[in-house]
Amino acid sequence: MGFKNYILVCGGTGCESSKSDLIYKTLIEEAKAQGVADQVQVIKTGCFGFCEQGPIVKVLPEDSFYVKVKPEDARELISEHVIKGREVTRLLYNKTPKKPLEQVEDIQFYQKQLRIVLRNCGVIDPENIDDYIANDGYVALEKALFDMSEDDIIEEVKKSGLRGRGGAGFPTWMKWNFTKQAEGDVKYVVCNADEGDPGAYMDRSTLEGDPHSVLEAMTICGKAIGAHQGYIYIRAEYPLAIHRLEIAMKQAREYGLLGKNILGSGFDYDIEIRLGAGAFVCGEETALLQSIEGHRGMPQPRPPFPAVKGLWGKPTVINNVETWANIPVIIAKGGDEFAKVGTADSHGTKVFALTGKVCNSGLVEVPMGTTLREIVFDIGGGIANGRKFKAVQTGGPSGGVITEENLDTPIDFGGLQRIGSMMGSGGMIVMDDSDCIVDVAKFYLEFTRDESCGKCFPCRIGGKSLYNLLDKITIGNGTEEDIEELKTIAHAMQKGSLCALGQTAPNPVLSTLRYFPEEYEAHIRDKKCPAGKCKKLIRYQIDPNKCIGCTACSRKCPVGAISGELKKPHSINQSACIKCGVCRQTCKFSAITVE
Amino acid sequence: MAKLSLEELRALRDKESARLEKREIHGKNVHVVVAMGTCGIQAGAKVTLNSIVDEIEAKGLKNVIVTQSGCLGKCDMEPVVEVYSPETGAVAYGKVDAKLAKQIVDEHIIGGKVLKDHQIKLEA
Repeated sequence: MGFKNYILVCGGTGCESSKSDLIYKTLIEEAKAQGVADQVQVIKTGCFGFCEQGPIVKVLPEDSFYVKVKPEDARELISEHVIKGREVTRLLYNKTPKKPLEQVEDIQFYQKQLRIVLRNCGVIDPENIDDYIANDGYVALEKALFDMSEDDIIEEVKKSGLRGRGGAGFPTWMKWNFTKQAEGDVKYVVCNADEGDPGAYMDRSTLEGDPHSVLEAMTICGKAIGAHQGYIYIRAEYPLAIHRLEIAMKQAREYGLLGKNILGSGFDYDIEIRLGAGAFVCGEETALLQSIEGHRGMPQPRPPFPAVKGLWGKPTVINNVETWANIPVIIAKGGDEFAKVGTADSHGTKVFALTGKVCNSGLVEVPMGTTLREIVFDIGGGIANGRKFKAVQTGGPSGGVITEENLDTPIDFGGLQRIGSMMGSGGMIVMDDSDCIVDVAKFYLEFTRDESCGKCFPCRIGGKSLYNLLDKITIGNGTEEDIEELKTIAHAMQKGSLCALGQTAPNPVLSTLRYFPEEYEAHIRDKKCPAGKCKKLIRYQIDPNKCIGCTACSRKCPVGAISGELKKPHSINQSACIKCGVCRQTCKFSAITVE
Repeated sequence: MAKLSLEELRALRDKESARLEKREIHGKNVHVVVAMGTCGIQAGAKVTLNSIVDEIEAKGLKNVIVTQSGCLGKCDMEPVVEVYSPETGAVAYGKVDAKLAKQIVDEHIIGGKVLKDHQIKLEA
């Protein structure tokens, strides 16, 4: 007796925060209450990626893709879909009954995606090792332990052309090879799960949806470089990822896939979790290693690189979560097979967290070489609320803006660098014409200013100076000389900072200056904010020809700045106005303008 | 659970992948739809559905996906079963009981032969 239906409920952070856990429990209860508990299996999986439409529930074998599901919909899903076999059309993504053999992949959001890193997310139950094993889990480990030598493993990774997904794009095999060749009786493997870019949640979702892939990869690396201990450094703000990692490690130990004499091969390997307190700089590898050792997380000068002198002075391989998640596929299917995906410069896929003013925000994985236009407009569905595309920020606080003219640049490590941004870890924030570019630069500088560890002065003082100048410009006190000064400080920070945080912190300033000089000039020369964002530079005004004197705005104004008689045009007292914009939202006659 | 040896891991994977395969929908090119409107259920569509699923499992067919649908508009011919396959296109059968259901799997899906005697026409 098998199950007739399988219900996959998204257990990613996004959907969990909209009660997917309650949906999961209610579905199980309803199945029991309606007497079909033996016909339907309810499974909680990792992130489907389509977070905009969450919580997501997928029912197999029909492959029905239900979106924005609420706990109270559970009863109907069981009684209609499972028992009577009728899809609950109102909850389906395209609101029309599915045609035979139509698949979820036919939804435009998924059409251009290729899931390698996220292969198990939304497919398996991350809290059940048997699910992972069933989907070719630990095949790569078997191969690495029994059929491959240390050099074979590194050779396979070399053939794949895999480059680090944490941001810098350093060839992974070289890191491994350096560490293998480095002298030392003890060596370590470290997973960098300290994801900190604003708006980025790729690594978090990978760990939540497929924790075993990272454990398997780290064990394979241990064999390749001769290490017997691994550490996963993850921020304490990711409780769900930590929880699932702990379950995964426990299950792997029970099966003997971690610990002494793995699968009888004679190879010993174990992994421990180290929690970070959420400092952005701890994503920098040398600061991260300091933090694992129990010191204050501050970067160290390189060289020596961690491959030679890393954790506790021992040779250490440190890779990012997404890099690790690629390894089992490379070992199991072969490096050559992996290298077929992507561009000449960058192989494989990249996961992006697509957020901001885009219709379909979510987690997307695309082959390297996909253009930004495809990501923003085809997968992302274009700009939300019918506004106009302005720019997209990649690489988080270390990256830069990409404008309309460069939207057709294929995304790979080299391509993004040439247009003044960088791959970064995969945050992708889309901006529309209501976003002020100076304000965006200020936001990132405020972030890096706060997150600077303070060890070296170019970053500590430079970051603050850049922020102060930007702040000055946004409140209308900017002068022509400020632009030059911004550039001078930025270049000094790039050259003089100790670690990548300080070296890349000025990137948002330089790239916005490069692509939007006119917007800076408008703030400085005309004292105007074209996007209508900088409060000191805008005025709300009532058009007397359009205002009918309905008094709606004056009743909503929180500071009583709007006055006027009933049925006569109103006016705004500019000195009292706090520019909150409530009046403009309230007005039904578009009589209130901002300039 | 005791620690696994290499052989045990492989055996476990084989067992578990068979379980996971039932959730897999890719690579399936034959689609069987059982109409499960009120009329269908009343006429015994549930028995038909179970018979189809069991027969597919018994014969070890991996390329077939079985789903349910609402009423297909031929209430007097219920239970109605529709089979989509690349060779025969869409074919509908009427008054499918457990025995006929088994026959459809064996002769149509495996044998590639349409059971003309039981075929019905659905409104376009």
